[in-house]
Amino acid sequence: MTSLPAAPGEKRLGLVIDLDTCVGCHACATNCKEWNTSGHSAPLTDINAYQAEQRGVWFNRVFTYEAGGQGGEARTVHFPKNCLHCEKPDCVTVCPTGASYKRAEDGIVLINHDLCIGCKLCSWACPYGAREFDEDEGVMKKCTLCIDKIYNENLPETDRTPACVATCPSKARHFGDFADPQSNVSQLTRERGGFDLMPETGYRPTSKYLPPRPGKRAGAARLAPVEQSMGGGGKFLRWVDRVLSR
Amino acid sequence: MHPAYSVIFFTTASGAGYGLLALLAVFGAAGVLAPHTGFGVVAIGCAMALIGAGLAASTFHLGRPERALNAFSQWRSSWLAREGVAAVVAFAPALVFAAGWICLNDVSGVFAWAAAATAFMTLATVYCTGMIYASLRPIRQWHNALTMPTYVTLGLMTGALLLAPLSAAFGLYRPTFAILALVLVVAGWLMKRAYWRHIDATPSASSLGTATGLSAFGAVRMLEAPHTEENFIMREMGFQVARKHARKLRLLATLCLFVAPFVLMALILALGAAAALPFGVLAVVLAAVGVATERWLFFAEATHLSMIYYGRAV
Repeated sequence: MTSLPAAPGEKRLGLVIDLDTCVGCHACATNCKEWNTSGHSAPLTDINAYQAEQRGVWFNRVFTYEAGGQGGEARTVHFPKNCLHCEKPDCVTVCPTGASYKRAEDGIVLINHDLCIGCKLCSWACPYGAREFDEDEGVMKKCTLCIDKIYNENLPETDRTPACVATCPSKARHFGDFADPQSNVSQLTRERGGFDLMPETGYRPTSKYLPPRPGKRAGAARLAPVEQSMGGGGKFLRWVDRVLSR
Repeated sequence: MHPAYSVIFFTTASGAGYGLLALLAVFGAAGVLAPHTGFGVVAIGCAMALIGAGLAASTFHLGRPERALNAFSQWRSSWLAREGVAAVVAFAPALVFAAGWICLNDVSGVFAWAAAATAFMTLATVYCTGMIYASLRPIRQWHNALTMPTYVTLGLMTGALLLAPLSAAFGLYRPTFAILALVLVVAGWLMKRAYWRHIDATPSASSLGTATGLSAFGAVRMLEAPHTEENFIMREMGFQVARKHARKLRLLATLCLFVAPFVLMALILALGAAAALPFGVLAVVLAAVGVATERWLFFAEATHLSMIYYGRAV
């Protein structure tokens, strides 16, 4: 049923992504691909995997942005992006087949690949570009929040987190229940000023991003330009440097 | 947005077919068109062929066309499902109306009711087609008040352009048809002009700043893309081949879809029934080129919010 659940469920599962600590290593994207190519969404098809014009389905994409920089301090921000499991996901309501749905019990947005006709309308309805079409299978695929891992009783309880969260070497990704005000993700969002991506679209993403912390270098002395700090060398070598620089 | 040929053909062909069928139903029930077996076969057949070919083409862009029947199930929330349901429902009164017209030469009583239902359901189907696009919030060139009315008007307009030469071929031409075509051409022209001005003048509410939440740190630009090859999102939402030719293509669409049919319909009105067949056919041919260009532009000029993340303007 592509109508949304009437009321938010008991749980609202999602991620918190810390833009302060993400180092842009792409481990989340890689481990996501590794897990999900054999789980609920299997396979995540790659076409021309080892040659030019490679095309394939990935649920995580890690962008890198520069913010500021016009005269001020510029900062490089690594920016992993995947499905935000929105509260108002138009990708679900536009689906004509009932393949797309939002789970009432935990808010996860999922696709039933046996119903999907591959019309791609859901990907048009997602402003975040979170859904990718599997052209080999002819159906749409998307982040499942590792539904086959977080509820998997064959795994030790500590491993029941999404693959991207489990693998992150800088602990920039957190998984939890936003409906519980005491959960790690709720607390992080409160304490660090977690925000929504593109709030103006009204999709009300469940997952939040934490802003980079204020720059520690702000106000600190800047390094002198290299050509003025000839660190050591003495008068003679500086004279040689000047002569050779002519 | 990537302009899939199958979707362009579907929306233009079925739009014209539904427009023609609606006009046949209205003029038939109103007694303007006398029920004539030969004309009924050709005109209703032409409308049904356009609709059928369009609906068939619409399944070509599906990843799993064999599951197309699934698409009727979610009419409660999905405009695409509603369109599918409306398209199928429209066939029921249309077949009754066609049977009355062609087999019994009767458009009164129950067949008049069938005609009214046909007109309503055909327009409802085109309305749903327009709403599929108008409901997509990430695409500002589609998510506006002009998208759906333009779809309905252009459907009726291209249907009216078909009606003039078809009726003339059977000696059933009335000046009313040329006048109606003129009115619809002017309405379509004004609407499309307003649409182009609207999408040119309305900036996006979103930017890389709101998309990343980093605007507090200053201007944001992409340093590094997440992948070196184009992915599905970039191929589907990042289409920009035709955009640099948009001015010329808008001119071509305006000339073929509005200016030429306007002049030709005015000539038909001035010269009378004898001119209706040759000039009408010419108007249909030019309008076909025009509406295909218009629909191509509707996709090619549409930008998708997800492209902001790739540093594109939307």
